[in-house]
Amino acid sequence: MHVPDGFLDAPTSVVTGVVAAAGVALALKGARRELDDRTAPMAGLVAAFVFAAQMINFPVGAGTSGHLLGGALAAVLVGPFTAALCLSVVLLVQGLLFADGGVTALGTNVTLFSIVAVGVGWIVFRGLLAVLPKRLPTVALCSGVAALVSVPVTALAFVGLFAIGGQAPVSLGAVATAMVGWHVLIGIGEALITTVVVSSVLAARPDLVYGARGVLTSRPLQIRTGEAAT
Amino acid sequence: MRTRSFVIGALMAAFVLAGVASYYASAHPDGLEYVAAKTGFIDTAEDHAASDGPMADYSVKGVDSPRLAGGLAGVIGVLVTLALAGGIGYAVRRRRPDPESTPEPTPEQTPEQV
Repeated sequence: MHVPDGFLDAPTSVVTGVVAAAGVALALKGARRELDDRTAPMAGLVAAFVFAAQMINFPVGAGTSGHLLGGALAAVLVGPFTAALCLSVVLLVQGLLFADGGVTALGTNVTLFSIVAVGVGWIVFRGLLAVLPKRLPTVALCSGVAALVSVPVTALAFVGLFAIGGQAPVSLGAVATAMVGWHVLIGIGEALITTVVVSSVLAARPDLVYGARGVLTSRPLQIRTGEAAT
Repeated sequence: MRTRSFVIGALMAAFVLAGVASYYASAHPDGLEYVAAKTGFIDTAEDHAASDGPMADYSVKGVDSPRLAGGLAGVIGVLVTLALAGGIGYAVRRRRPDPESTPEPTPEQTPEQV
């Protein structure tokens, strides 16, 4: 969903640029609460993985494809503020080195990916986890649902920006319907990838999953012996 | 799993995805491009300022094999992203354990995981 230069007019791009810069500044402060000596390596790993995963466009039918946004995935793995930084780095590298996503549209893309996708993903994840049993499989399930919701909502956020600063006189209703429709399908792929990746990290190192912190500490102490402890 | 094994595993996954699997990715337009074309605003897109860059569109210029040019671009992208985000992660982290916000050690953590 990388927005190229030109889709939005200059004033809108300036505003999204200011919003993005404020968001990144806030994320730099907030990430300090999420990262310590033990979890700091996760920031680089998650950003690198999201960059790699975004290269894999999967077909969603009728000549269309989609790829992972990674907002919900990153938020669950490293926390929402660090996730916003990770996604911003990915967008910066893509826009400047690989001509993927515009340069004047960088603020728009950071707003959509780092603020909307990460924010919606994290809110849905936390909301679901609050009402469901605090167990590790629940964490993976909630991540998947959060991922599914985050994609069409981010698509809708683009339509909102397009309504303000769109450069072509096209029917907003048609754009909104098509964007949400296709991105629900892409969201299913997003949910599958997110669930598999979160499950894998939970299986290997549950202590490194930011979104599982409350779940892990609420589990009773188990006495295990010998090889079973690993 | 040891932290070192976990880091190596995660990096291998990223390198395989970006360096090898990306060749097999769908070449169809993504959701936004498709909708832009169908509803009639795709022509408002401008050429990218870096569209003549040495790695534009995930293809390293001067490498003949598309498989190699794309894979190389992917690997370079993973390394640059890792360095930037990793550097930010280390720069903003809390350096000393903070007793107020650091979670208690959990039963899941066995000594060799540290």
